[in-house]
Amino acid sequence: MFHDAMIVALKDVRIELRSKVLLNQLLPFVLVVLILFGFAIGTANQTLVQVSPGIFWVVAFFAAILAVERSLSVESDNHAKEGLMVYGLEPAGVFLGKLIAVMVECFAVEVVLGLGVVVLYGVKLHGVMLLILASLFATLGLASVGVLFGALSAATKVRETLLPLLVLPATAPVLLAATKAWEDGIVNHSGIGDPWLGLLVVFGLVFLAIGLVSFESVLED
Amino acid sequence: MNRSGVLVRLIGLLAIIGIVGTYWMGLVVTPPDVFQGNLVRLVYLHPPVAWVAYLAYGVTSLASIAFLWKRTRNLKWDRLAASSAEVGVLFTGLTLVTGSIWGRPTWGVWWTWDARLTTTALLFLLYLGYLAIRRIPGDRYKVGTRSAVAGLVAFIDVPIVHQSVVWWKTLHQGATVLNPSLSPKIHGEMAWTLLLGFVSFTLLYVWFTIKRYQVASMTDELEDVEVDRMIRERLESDGGVLSGGAPRAESNFVDGGSLK
Repeated sequence: MFHDAMIVALKDVRIELRSKVLLNQLLPFVLVVLILFGFAIGTANQTLVQVSPGIFWVVAFFAAILAVERSLSVESDNHAKEGLMVYGLEPAGVFLGKLIAVMVECFAVEVVLGLGVVVLYGVKLHGVMLLILASLFATLGLASVGVLFGALSAATKVRETLLPLLVLPATAPVLLAATKAWEDGIVNHSGIGDPWLGLLVVFGLVFLAIGLVSFESVLED
Repeated sequence: MNRSGVLVRLIGLLAIIGIVGTYWMGLVVTPPDVFQGNLVRLVYLHPPVAWVAYLAYGVTSLASIAFLWKRTRNLKWDRLAASSAEVGVLFTGLTLVTGSIWGRPTWGVWWTWDARLTTTALLFLLYLGYLAIRRIPGDRYKVGTRSAVAGLVAFIDVPIVHQSVVWWKTLHQGATVLNPSLSPKIHGEMAWTLLLGFVSFTLLYVWFTIKRYQVASMTDELEDVEVDRMIRERLESDGGVLSGGAPRAESNFVDGGSLK
């Protein structure tokens, strides 16, 4: 399974490196949104600093939806999905590979977003270990649900609109916990004992398990 | 009418009688609450409706598992999951509306970002997504598989809804009937009214789900008949390969026009 996962993950990352969609479109998109939030909320009275964890995660979520959408659209073109199945790759391996590739892209976006809130909003990062672990497990939960639902809706023409409707409510608790964990880290200087991190870990692992178990049924579709 | 038909009618009749009884007991027989006054009467409606919503999603999840499991894979499980989810969405909507009506005079707002309230709203959206997935056209087994996986993921939210009161400790009062010590906090006729509410709305759920299931079966049957008819017409116009001995494909569904 892990071997198959690495094959799929490397393939996806290679496609991304060659097409440069992440670099040319996704990263500028998240920076534009950060600047727009600056205009919309205003830069006075530390408001931006206070709401920065929320903005960070909302933008990260939207960027992740785009990354998932792109990750699955490359499989629906030219019957690429059938190709993956013909190669005899394990469905769980395909899921894990897709998941790893999407997570890598999401981390790239989150690093840029993090720099964005530090530079543009003047946020001082504290509890860095908590922030990193919260990001890791929040991205795991988000990407697991995203890849699973992305594969479910991949065969349809309404994928672009259906995917956010499916993924965002399902991952809303992840958004809540990730935002709270970041608030605790930045404002309260909390460590990795933060309870919200526990919630993120549970979510991430549960959705990962469901994806691994059920992806075979989804791929047969 | 066969025996199962009579049973379904009996369930429906009992549900309606039970709900009328709940209203009568809730509005006439039981006294106002010491603290909440007449507002307490909504308590006979809101928890049973919420229970039915959760029950419906539970049934959807079990039916989804049965459909995904290869040994029990059968379209009847998919129809049951779909029927139950539709009824569940209806009752989740009613849960939110009745909760909101109660919340306005009690908490002073129509909506509050209370954990259970918010999660119930998310559950509502999740299952709207589930119903949207169901509407994607395709082979019945493909639609069933997609929906079953989506239904399972959505179901994970249900325990979170119930546990969220404990986790996030917000405005919503703790569980009244299913509290950890299993000793209900209400007494006498109020408890009986609430119990009647639970039984009646559960019967209503069963009745709605059976009816919706029957409509789903008939829709599938109608589709099959229509497809058969079109194939036959095509073959006959192409030279009548199947003309003569083959049975007629038209059915009462089409001729009667009731399900068109």
